[in-house]
Parts: sequence; structure tokens; C-alpha cells
Amino acid sequence: MDRNGPIALIFHTLVVCFMLAPLVIICLVAFTPDSTLTIPTSEFSLRWFKAVFAHPDFMASFYNSLWLATFSATIAVLISLPAGIAISRYEFPGRSFLNGLFLSPLIIPHLILGVALLRLFTLIGATGSFGWLVASHVVVVTPYVLRLVMAALTGIDRNAEQAALTLGAAPLTVFRRITVPMILPGITGGWLLAFINSFDELTMSIFVTSPQTVTLPVRMYMYATESIDPMMAAVSALMIALTGVAMLVLDRAFGLDRILVGQK
Amino acid sequence: MTARTHSTPWFLSLPGLIFFLGMVVLPLVLTAVLSFHAYDFNLGVRDTYTLSNYTTVLSDPYFLSIFWRTLRIAFITTVLCVMIGVPEAYILSRMWNPWRSVFLLVIIGPLLVSVVVRSFGWSMLLGSTGLISKASIMLGLGPVRILYSETAIVIALVHVMLPFMIIPVWTAIQKLDPGLESAAWSLGASRFTAMRRIILPQISLGVLSGSLIVFGLSASSFAIPGLLGGRRLKMAATVVYDEYMHELNWPLGAAIAFIVLVANLLIMLAYNRMIEARARKVLG
Repeated sequence: MDRNGPIALIFHTLVVCFMLAPLVIICLVAFTPDSTLTIPTSEFSLRWFKAVFAHPDFMASFYNSLWLATFSATIAVLISLPAGIAISRYEFPGRSFLNGLFLSPLIIPHLILGVALLRLFTLIGATGSFGWLVASHVVVVTPYVLRLVMAALTGIDRNAEQAALTLGAAPLTVFRRITVPMILPGITGGWLLAFINSFDELTMSIFVTSPQTVTLPVRMYMYATESIDPMMAAVSALMIALTGVAMLVLDRAFGLDRILVGQK
Repeated sequence: MTARTHSTPWFLSLPGLIFFLGMVVLPLVLTAVLSFHAYDFNLGVRDTYTLSNYTTVLSDPYFLSIFWRTLRIAFITTVLCVMIGVPEAYILSRMWNPWRSVFLLVIIGPLLVSVVVRSFGWSMLLGSTGLISKASIMLGLGPVRILYSETAIVIALVHVMLPFMIIPVWTAIQKLDPGLESAAWSLGASRFTAMRRIILPQISLGVLSGSLIVFGLSASSFAIPGLLGGRRLKMAATVVYDEYMHELNWPLGAAIAFIVLVANLLIMLAYNRMIEARARKVLG
């Protein structure tokens, strides 16, 4: 393989600028001392960050999203672990049906899921309940966990499990002491990916949240459609910073390209 | 843990199965039924069944123009993503570490940042007081306002969708034998011919699956048309939201949502056919 030529490098620089431009502008505007969306030139101010932390609605939504993402990612792992074992290790009629069903939220637009769940929640009187909101997020994040768990399960050396079984370990002990530790990177990576996806989800949530359970992205969307002041930039900058930290953790622990691009 | 009976895997999948039947299949069926319910502006959802929601949506010029716009925007976004994503993935694959990992992170990382945040960033760049407008004033071209136009929606969509194109193309390039290109060159093929005859046919599967994801996600995108299209430029997802939250005509909204879903599934099916045909040709 030889190196990229000058034209290729110019093209590449433009693409990188394009990808970073909106994020950079947010981080700059967030520090403005003015009350309009301007890029600070002479001085930087933290006033809009202070405004965010003093804003009860944003803070309530932030904690709401935090708990929502924690619960839904955890439940998704609890569902994906046994299901992943079933699908990746057994040949049985209905296997591809189950696989398709569990991965279907990747294909069904979130808009449709939101509309459909709103109908269900209205009929059973569950609108506005935090528990059902968690359940709806479990639907969207389970495919991400399942894919990483299945990739981890097919990637491990099964001789270790066989050895433990021959040495007299009960199947459940083998699972607990051998299988789970071996696929732990897949489980943790899946959990984090699920957490981030739940934390960022907007399109489905906007249909199924109620004023008491508004998530951070929904709150931000509502805020951005009504008023435009630098507070929105400050919240966005905080979200970018949080995502950046999560990305670094993911990258250090497992390699972000492996998680997002797929197992290599 | 060998496959002994048929019941074990079903038993293991049971929690997920029950959950997904209740939270995906049942709500979809309920919504499909809802889309056939009659609606009255004074009385709300009626218990009688009718096809009128679908006939209204498919004959009203207002809704048809929205579907047409949705398809057009999704198509343009897909084409642009191919034109930018394929060369970029190729350039990335020819870089050496650590640059390769760094830039892969820079380009794919924004996937993890909320779409609301990224749309907001674009609304600041594209507004009449935004950076691009200011640059145009400085160049003496006068202010430009791209915000609240289809162009703004396409720009932001390409930004959000580009990683979904680069990922599958990148994966396809990784599977290529690096010797093939040099072999073509040493046998006298020009760079262009080597690209066209050797590289492109082998990554076409990646390009196809990338286009599929980009098209599907663009056609049903909500935050970007909502924040960058303004009140007038509606796409399918924002009009469904309007019907549900403002007009309160749920049956009509459900009908539009189902048309989006069915169109999505049909396109996916057609694409899968193409991909299979392509795979058969590539694999011989």
C-alpha cells in the first residue's frame, strides 16, 4: 500500500473539518458572555454553564435520562445474555425468527416504534410511567447488546468450558466462572453502547415521555424549537464532553473501532 | 452445553421473546388496526373501520408533497454519502497508525453524540447570523441563509449519516487482499482501471449496505427536519409528530407511519435482492 496523494489529503482534511465543525462551534459558543449565540472573541464566560446547573428542568431531565439509560442498558444485558447463548450456540427451528425479532428494532424506524408504543401505553393506561419508558428503551438498545454478546460468544475458545465440564463443574458454574468472565468485554461494551444510545434517544422518546418523565434529548429538542439562547449551547457542550469521556473509556477498554465497526 | 433438546434455546430466549412480542409485535399490530379506524374532529377516534386515512394521505397534495420531499432528501443524502464516504474510507485505509485510529475515531465518534446536539450545531452554522453567512458577508457576497431550507436538512443529514456509510465500506476494504491492487498495477493497469475493475467491485457490497442504512435512517429522520426545516418544511417523521401531538388525529398519523414503515421494508427487500445477486456475482 502506498501513501495518499495531496488531493486525497485535502479531501480528507475537508471531511474531518465537516465532521467536527458543528461540535467545535457549540463548544466555542457555550463560553460566550453575551446573551445571543455569538462566538466569544475577547473574553470567555461560564455564565451559561452556571445557568444550566441552576435550571431545574434541565437538571431533572438529566438525572431522569441517567437512570433511564442505566436501567434500560442493564435489563437489555439480562435479556441478551441468555438469548445470545441460545441463538449463537444452538441449532433449532425458529432460531432465525428469534434473531430477526431481537434485531428488528434496528430496522424499524424509531418513529414507528414511538407511535406504536404510545398506542399501547394509552390502551393500558401506562402513559407517563417511568417503568414503561424504561421498557421502551430496552427495546431499542437490546439489539446493540445482543450483537456484541453474540460476537463475544463466537469469539471465545470453547475448550475452556469443555475442560471445566469434564472436571465435574455444573453447567451453571461453568457459565458463571468460565463463560461470563470470558465474554465480559463484550457484555461491558454492549452495556456502554446501550447506555449511550438510550441516553441520546430522541425520536421514540418524544412520543412516549410525559411532562414528568421528559428525557434530556427531548427537553433539549423542545427548548431548541422554542427559544434560542446560549444555554442550549452550554447543555450541548456538556453532552459532548460527557460523550467524549464515555468514548475514551470505551476506546481504552475495548477499542472504539472494534465496537462500532464490528469485531475484527 | 451441547444442543440436546429443542426446548433449551427457547427457554433461554423466553424473557426476550415475551418482552419483544409485547413491546414490538403487539404495539405494531395495535397501530396497524388504529390506522383503519375512522376519526372525527369532534368525537375523536371512532369504532368504525375505514380505508379513508390511507386514501386521504395518498391523494392529498399536501401529504404527497411531503412524501416526495422525504424521498428526494433521503436519496440526495444517500448519493452524497456514497460520494464522500467511499473515497474517505479508502483514504483512511491507506493511512498508517496512529493517524488511522485517530481519524477513524474523529469520523465515527460523532455517532455517539446526540442528534439534537449535532442539529443544533448546524443551526448555528447555517443561520442568517451564523458562521457561513458571516464568511459570505466578509467575502462581499452578502448574507446567505441556508437554515430552514432543504439544503440545510441535507447538509446535517449527510453529517449524521456519513459514519453509517464509512463503517461498512471500511469493513469491506479491510477484507481486501492488499496485494491485488499492486498486482493490477504491475500487470499494467492504470490507477483508475485498478480502482474501477479491482477495488470497486469488491467493496460494492459494503457500499450497498451502507446506502441502505443511510436511506432508511434519512427517510425516517425526525430531529434534523424538526430543527433545521422550520415549521414549513415537513418530512414524513415531523408530519406524523404533528398529526399525533398537534392535530390529535392519531389514525391519520398511524396511516402515515405505516406507509413509511412499509416503504422502508420494501426498499430494504429490494436492496437485499440486489445484494444477494451482487454477492453471487462476486463470489462466483
